[in-house]
Amino acid sequence: MEELFSIFVKGIFIENMIFAYFLGMCSYLAVSRTVNTSMGLGLAVIFVLGITVPVDYMLNKYVLQEGALTWLGPQFATVDLTFLTFILFIAVIASMVQLVEMIIEKFSPTLYANLGIFLPLIAVNCAILGGSLFMQERAYDTLGQATVFGLGSGVGWLLAIVAIAAIREKIRYSNVPAPLRGLGITYIITGLMGIAFMSFMGIKI
Amino acid sequence: MDPMNEKEPLFSPKNVRLLKQPLVKDNPITVQVLGICSALAVTVKLEPSVVISLAVIVVMGFSNVMMSIIRNITPPRIRILVMLTIIAFMVVMVDQVLKAYMYDVSRQLSVFVGLIITNCIIMGRLEAFAIANKPWPSFLDGVGNAFGYGWILVVVGFFRELLGSGTIWDINVIETPWWNLYELGYQNNGLMILPPAALIVVGVIIWVHRSKHKELLEDN
Repeated sequence: MEELFSIFVKGIFIENMIFAYFLGMCSYLAVSRTVNTSMGLGLAVIFVLGITVPVDYMLNKYVLQEGALTWLGPQFATVDLTFLTFILFIAVIASMVQLVEMIIEKFSPTLYANLGIFLPLIAVNCAILGGSLFMQERAYDTLGQATVFGLGSGVGWLLAIVAIAAIREKIRYSNVPAPLRGLGITYIITGLMGIAFMSFMGIKI
Repeated sequence: MDPMNEKEPLFSPKNVRLLKQPLVKDNPITVQVLGICSALAVTVKLEPSVVISLAVIVVMGFSNVMMSIIRNITPPRIRILVMLTIIAFMVVMVDQVLKAYMYDVSRQLSVFVGLIITNCIIMGRLEAFAIANKPWPSFLDGVGNAFGYGWILVVVGFFRELLGSGTIWDINVIETPWWNLYELGYQNNGLMILPPAALIVVGVIIWVHRSKHKELLEDN
C-alpha cells in the first residue's frame, strides 16, 4: 500500500510528465488559455492514462515480453515480440481516445464543443504513449502499481496545465515585451516552473 | 514512385516554397507549436539532437509519401488510426536501425525515439497537407517541416552543450591544449543541463525570431 502511494506521489511531483519530461507539451501550450478548458482536457488525460497504462501493462506482460507467450504452450517460451511495442500500444491508445470522445460527446456536449480538435489530439499526446513506455521501461511488478502510476502521471499533467492556464489568465494584464507575448513568455514561464519542480527531485519516498 | 506530372518541373517555384516556408516563416516549433514534446528532452547535447532530427526527417518524408499515396482510399473515420500505423511503422524501422548501428545513442535517447510516433508535427502535417496532396509535394512538405524542426533542435542542443558542459560534439572547447578558461575562473552553467533550460532557450529563440518577423506578433 505504501509503495502504491509513493508511486502515485512520485508520478505527480517528482516525475511530473510536463516539468520533468516535457511530455504532452503541444496540447499543454495550445489549450492552456483558460482554466476551464484545461481542466476538462486534464480530466480526459487522467481518464485515458488510467485505462491505457494498465491495458498496455497486460499486453506487455502476456504478449510482448520475451517468454510472455508461454501460456499458449511451452514452444513459445523464446518468442520475443518487443519490437511490436509501439504499434500495439498506439492502437490501444487510439481506440481508447475514440471511446472517450464518444463518452464526452454524449454526457457533456459543452465540454465537447470547447475541446474541439484537441480531443482527438489526445491520441498524439506524448504523455499518454510516454506513460505506457515508461511503464514498460521501469517494469512494474503488479497491475496495481501500473494503474497507480498511470493515474498519478495523469494527475500531475492536470496540475501542470491548470497551473499554467491560471498564470496565463493573469499575465494578460501585464506588460510583456511584444515579441515575447503569447508563446514565448509561456515557454519561459514553463521553464521557470520546471526549475521550481526540480526541488522535488531530491525527495526520496 | 512516379509522381512527377509532365507539366510541372520537379522543383517548380511552388514546390521550392513548400520546402522553404517551414524553415523560418512557418517554422513548426516557433510558429505552428507542433512537435515540442520529444524535442526538448533530447537537446542536452549536440549529438542526440542531430540524430533525432535525422530520424524525424526520414520518418516525416516517407510517412507523408505513404499517406499521400493511399489518401483516396482511406475512409475519413479511421484516418487517425491509419496515420498512426504508418508513422509507427516508420518509427519502428528507424528504431531498429539505431539499435543495430548506433547502440550508445539509442540507449541515450531511450523512449524518445518511440515518442517520435506521437510527435504532433508528423501527425499534424499528415492531417494538414499529405491527406490532400500528391506524393511529391507531400514529400517536400514533410522534409521541409522536418528541417525546420531539426535546425531549432540543433541550435538548442549546441547552446545547451556549450554552456552546460563546455563541449561541442564532445570536444572540450573551454579546456584545450592552447587555452584553459577554467583557470581564469570560468564555470559551466549547470542549469543548462537541466531540462527546464531547454524551454528557456526556445523561449529566447522565439523572442529573437519574432522581433525579426513583426507579422508573427500575437496578443497575450
